[in-house]
Amino acid sequence: MKVALIDYGAGNLMSVRKALAFLQVEAQTPQTPKDLSEAAAIIVPGVGHFKATVSLDTPWREAILNRVAAGRPILGVCLGMHWLFNGSSEAPDLSGLGLVKGFCFLLYDPDVTKAASSPNLTESERRPIKIPHVGWNSLNLVNRSWLLNGIDEGAQVYFTHSFAPPVTAECSATTTHGVRFASVVEHDHICGVQFHPEKSGSVGLTILKNFLAQASRQ
Amino acid sequence: MLSKRIIACLDVRDGSVVKGVNFEGLRTAGDPVTLARRYNQEGIDEVVILDITATTEGRRALRQTINAVAQEIFIPLTVGGGIQSMDAGSAAIDAGADKVSLNTAALENPSLITTLATRYGSQAVVVAIDAKRVHARTYDEPRLDVHKNSLAVSRNVTNANLFSVYARSGQKLMNREAVEWAREAAERGAGEILLTSIDRDGTREGFDCELTAAVSDAVNIPVIASGGAGGFDHFFEVFMSGRADAALAASIFHFSEHAVRDLKIYLNDQDIPVRI
Repeated sequence: MKVALIDYGAGNLMSVRKALAFLQVEAQTPQTPKDLSEAAAIIVPGVGHFKATVSLDTPWREAILNRVAAGRPILGVCLGMHWLFNGSSEAPDLSGLGLVKGFCFLLYDPDVTKAASSPNLTESERRPIKIPHVGWNSLNLVNRSWLLNGIDEGAQVYFTHSFAPPVTAECSATTTHGVRFASVVEHDHICGVQFHPEKSGSVGLTILKNFLAQASRQ
Repeated sequence: MLSKRIIACLDVRDGSVVKGVNFEGLRTAGDPVTLARRYNQEGIDEVVILDITATTEGRRALRQTINAVAQEIFIPLTVGGGIQSMDAGSAAIDAGADKVSLNTAALENPSLITTLATRYGSQAVVVAIDAKRVHARTYDEPRLDVHKNSLAVSRNVTNANLFSVYARSGQKLMNREAVEWAREAAERGAGEILLTSIDRDGTREGFDCELTAAVSDAVNIPVIASGGAGGFDHFFEVFMSGRADAALAASIFHFSEHAVRDLKIYLNDQDIPVRI
């Protein structure tokens, strides 16, 4: 099975590659958009700033959309997930792929203003949350999902990000850090995860396995 | 809710895990891959490999170690020690590290933080700070006691709660203060601070919570407390009063089976959010 791992210069792909190798799938990194024509599935990884997605220009977007239209599953990870949306306030001038509706936003702490006016809070309650959101946080399952098959409510996964996708009808799991955001989206064979499944222990490997199983089935 | 992370540190020299006290006096604690595997099974949240090798052969062996760990353990892996350049950082990341930890190189060449963060993202750049308390000095000052109409003595304290930064594995005093350096590192693009108390390192007397809280309050990036873990209660203290986002230890995990799992059960019972 040919799984295409899109390299657009946003961070390192080594850990995704290693996790796929552990699951006995060799990821291929297409050099040109037409190398995508036989991909059974597409993974868009990436960390960093949304403006990095500018390298995914029209030929790439068309090639990816063609595969998705042909029913091939796509998984966006972290920044790659943001790119599946309409866009992100991190780089408002750029547009995402628009496969999922909504705009990604900067995380914030709704309690900060509340805390300033509440003298009864303890010191730790008054303290604002840290952004970026780094570490293990839990998944709250909100919709049936093939990607999350076998994943328990409250399972923890590893995050590292400052911007996040909104909770919409396509959301399969949410996570809260200051505010609630979509940590997993799924719409038919289009899916995205805000966390790093390749760095989330056995929970992450199960999610990757589910994705690969879907790719080999379709 | 975001969990407090428990991180195991492997100090690796010539292919073996070693552990010292106050940065000196090393003893061996086993094979890094075997230890990393065990910690992963017990539920460790992250692994840090610190290269304390001085030789070229040792460095080659370290890259093999990173590669071997990254091939079978799918949790974040940080590599530090001797990363002096962009090339050295890239070599660690290409071998399988998710993050690189900079210490002396960041102090001597702070722009390296930004260079690495631009190439790999801030989440891949940890700035390690080794800090030591500046001992408070007291001095007596004569003053006039107006009530008794006589001379009295006031005791004054200087340099309280100051922490100086050391480079070269605690050998070289830098003209930097830890809180101020942490703030600068964050501004330059560091994604996390790995803060080690030289005073507490290897002593098992507990983390320096005052140092940790001072740095944690000063920056908006996660702070990993390190140095001095001896008992489970020390982790509780550093998460509560030290306001650490993560705590790192070595010997407490190396020499006792199940310590990681038992520690997490203990913290969970104390209402500290952890991944179990």
